[in-house]
Amino acid sequence: MKNLFSYFIYLLPFFLWAQPPVEGKILIQENNETYPLEGVNIFWLDSAVGTVSDQEGAFSIPFVSTTNRLVIKYLGFKTDTLTTVRGKKIFHFMKEDTGERLEEVELTQRRKALQKSYLAAQNIVQVNSAELLKAACCNLSESFETNPSIDVNFSDALTGTKQIKMLGLSSPYLLITEENIPSVRGASQIYGLTYTPGTWIESIQITKGAGSVTNGFESIAGQINTELQKPFLDAPLFINLFSSINGRQEANVHWNQTLSNRWSTGLYVHGNQRTLVTDRNQDDFLDFPLAKQINFLNRWQYTDAEKGWVSFLSLRYLDDQKQTGAIDFVPEQHRGTTQEWGSEIDTRRFDTSVKLGYVFPLLTYQSFGFQAAYSSHDQAAYYGLRQYDINHQSFFSNLLFNSIFGNTKNKFKTGINIAWDQYDEIVDGDNFQRVDRVFGAFFEYTYDSMDRWNIVAGLRLDSHNNLGTFITPRLHVRYTPWDRAALRFSMGQGRKAANIFAENQTLFATNRAIDLRQNGGSIYGLRPEKAWNFGGSLQQGFSLFGQQGDITLDYYVTNFQDQVVVDWETARYIRFYNLDGKSYANSFQLSADYTPFTNVSFRFAYKNYQVKTNYLDGLKQKPILPEHRFFANFDYTNINAEGKGWRADLTHHFVGEQRLPINPRDGIGFRSNPYGLWNAQLTRVFSSQFEVYLGGENLTNQRQANPVVGVDQPFGRNFDASLVYAPVFGRMIYAGLRFNLKNK
Amino acid sequence: MKKIFFLLLIAAPLSLFAQKKDVQKTSFEVDGVCGMCKARIEKTAFGLKGVKTAKWDIPTHQFTILFDANKVSLEDVHQAIANAGHDTPLATAPDEVYESLPMCCLYERKKKVE
Repeated sequence: MKNLFSYFIYLLPFFLWAQPPVEGKILIQENNETYPLEGVNIFWLDSAVGTVSDQEGAFSIPFVSTTNRLVIKYLGFKTDTLTTVRGKKIFHFMKEDTGERLEEVELTQRRKALQKSYLAAQNIVQVNSAELLKAACCNLSESFETNPSIDVNFSDALTGTKQIKMLGLSSPYLLITEENIPSVRGASQIYGLTYTPGTWIESIQITKGAGSVTNGFESIAGQINTELQKPFLDAPLFINLFSSINGRQEANVHWNQTLSNRWSTGLYVHGNQRTLVTDRNQDDFLDFPLAKQINFLNRWQYTDAEKGWVSFLSLRYLDDQKQTGAIDFVPEQHRGTTQEWGSEIDTRRFDTSVKLGYVFPLLTYQSFGFQAAYSSHDQAAYYGLRQYDINHQSFFSNLLFNSIFGNTKNKFKTGINIAWDQYDEIVDGDNFQRVDRVFGAFFEYTYDSMDRWNIVAGLRLDSHNNLGTFITPRLHVRYTPWDRAALRFSMGQGRKAANIFAENQTLFATNRAIDLRQNGGSIYGLRPEKAWNFGGSLQQGFSLFGQQGDITLDYYVTNFQDQVVVDWETARYIRFYNLDGKSYANSFQLSADYTPFTNVSFRFAYKNYQVKTNYLDGLKQKPILPEHRFFANFDYTNINAEGKGWRADLTHHFVGEQRLPINPRDGIGFRSNPYGLWNAQLTRVFSSQFEVYLGGENLTNQRQANPVVGVDQPFGRNFDASLVYAPVFGRMIYAGLRFNLKNK
Repeated sequence: MKKIFFLLLIAAPLSLFAQKKDVQKTSFEVDGVCGMCKARIEKTAFGLKGVKTAKWDIPTHQFTILFDANKVSLEDVHQAIANAGHDTPLATAPDEVYESLPMCCLYERKKKVE
């Protein structure tokens, strides 16, 4: 005991020594004389830890582990923020404030929730958590409602799943990553976006066009990367509850803990359910599936800022259950019979990943990154008498090295990656098995002229057991022709193996016969997909009545050299065959952002899509895809200094005419009527810790009258729930609250 | 043996990066005002051989540089920036260069130039 005590005594100085206070002196210079300055406020950035300088100008402030940015403030002088170095005394000369108020205005300017950079070579839209709060809720698939770059559609009339599109192409043509690890792909292609709860998302980066070579060869139309909450930065406790009148309830709890100044951990739990039976259109089919989801994520973060190491370890488990179909369907009684049509989709998924990053001390431009991820996805599903089970095991790993040639105007990234995917599917009694193995190496060079030019040129070489060995080039250029403008150009190639059933799961919600026209290719007897993407954009900032805005013009062309055509053009059949002839997606977008008053901002966008494919009977616009879309968003935020206030936003979507393939409900050559949707949300912010919100989606109650074709005979040949062009469910009102416990 | 040879082959290009270097980091104040100044100051620094990275912060006027001391001296950096029109603690810009700066870049000069 005594030993232990003396041991402590020995250690004590070390503890004290480990975190000495930061000391220094504040001075001013006048007429070549130096004077100490008394009463200067000195505090750590974003913290409550502060002190005041004494008669000698000297100060001593306790060390904090959360920041090394020290703010020095004194009336009539310029406020300075210094970066402290441990063990080094600070001597700071204050400067008189000569009235450069412009800089202060910049500091108070509200950070836009959607940010478009003028400087990046790629066309990237950064979506931060403030923007995410505008959407009704609840998961990644619903996070894009207020973003004009991405279109959200319902995939079918039964599962309530939202399908996203970019440049007129659906999500399989996008590379969706979670912290740069490919995530929504393969078996999770259709439902995967609903597996990431909204509150877990820290930010989203949307890249239009070819994207970077560092994340693989699969992206064709663009990339969406999601950053999750980091245990080190997220609130210690966060609670979110949500409820809507269509019977959906959600709960989110985040619990973060800092274990030491290097280790922190977070446990994130999400649960949602919908138990209410709704059938507003009285077709005896559920408008929304009955659903249940439990989702756990445990993250561990290690940060050693001095030595330059950062590491993350994540473990995640998901159990998702959906039941849909006739309102009278009881799985135990009716499954496998033709009494009632019903469907159940049960998914269990396990994910784990490890990330390790190292930044060279001093040489901050040089770093190593390593990541490895494993996932196991197991879905068991039936739709009426049709069965679709898929098991997908996936392993992905990459190693990345960042450095420079000469100076930081010339940067490069290089690395290797491996991926392994095993698919095992049962489709109406047929078994399909496949293993994809790929080894790739990449090199990406970035040139920054420091003023007008940015060039990112990348090349990768992949060797794939089913796609062969091939080179993927990508190029992005940014040029500033004049003030506050950015001209961008991008081109690149992408390839992918089409997982025809997983990507088109909607087909099982029909009684269409599958016609797979194999030609000896390596994937389901079909050749892999291959496309070039070219794009250009002009972004111009402007000032109007003293307020800021910008206008962006985009034009992107995707040309398929080979494609697996999904052909719904014949009633009662779904056909898969390789492209013979042309297939392209041309998309035009004109968007404008403007902030007329400090608290108010507007966003408008017009989009035009020409997405045409050579089907068996000729070149046609893709079905259920509007040529014209219009988007508007109005946002009002007024939060006072005490953190109280209001947030409101109103979103409008106009969806133009859509072509429907021939079917018994609509006949031949049917085009849907254009329609508009209005969504609104009002949030009362009581403090930075507590807020309550009320919102409505589809306020004007737009609905498609008969979403399910052949609904009276669900086991007949005409049954088809895939032909949905407008909301199935009308107006939806919801309410929720957010509570979080902030640091200190 | 074959493996070792292969490893060496991979390691060979890496050794190119491992040349003898004396990379140093330092920061000092450089006078200036706006975004144009920032571009000018940084471009000047990048124009010097051995300068790895350079950044000038508009609000604090702090200039941070990472350079290889075997290739360029700190005095050269100060002088080059001053020659571009911006005063540093160790070097003063020639009057005619200072006067030819665009209007918005005309910072208040601290030092009297004889």
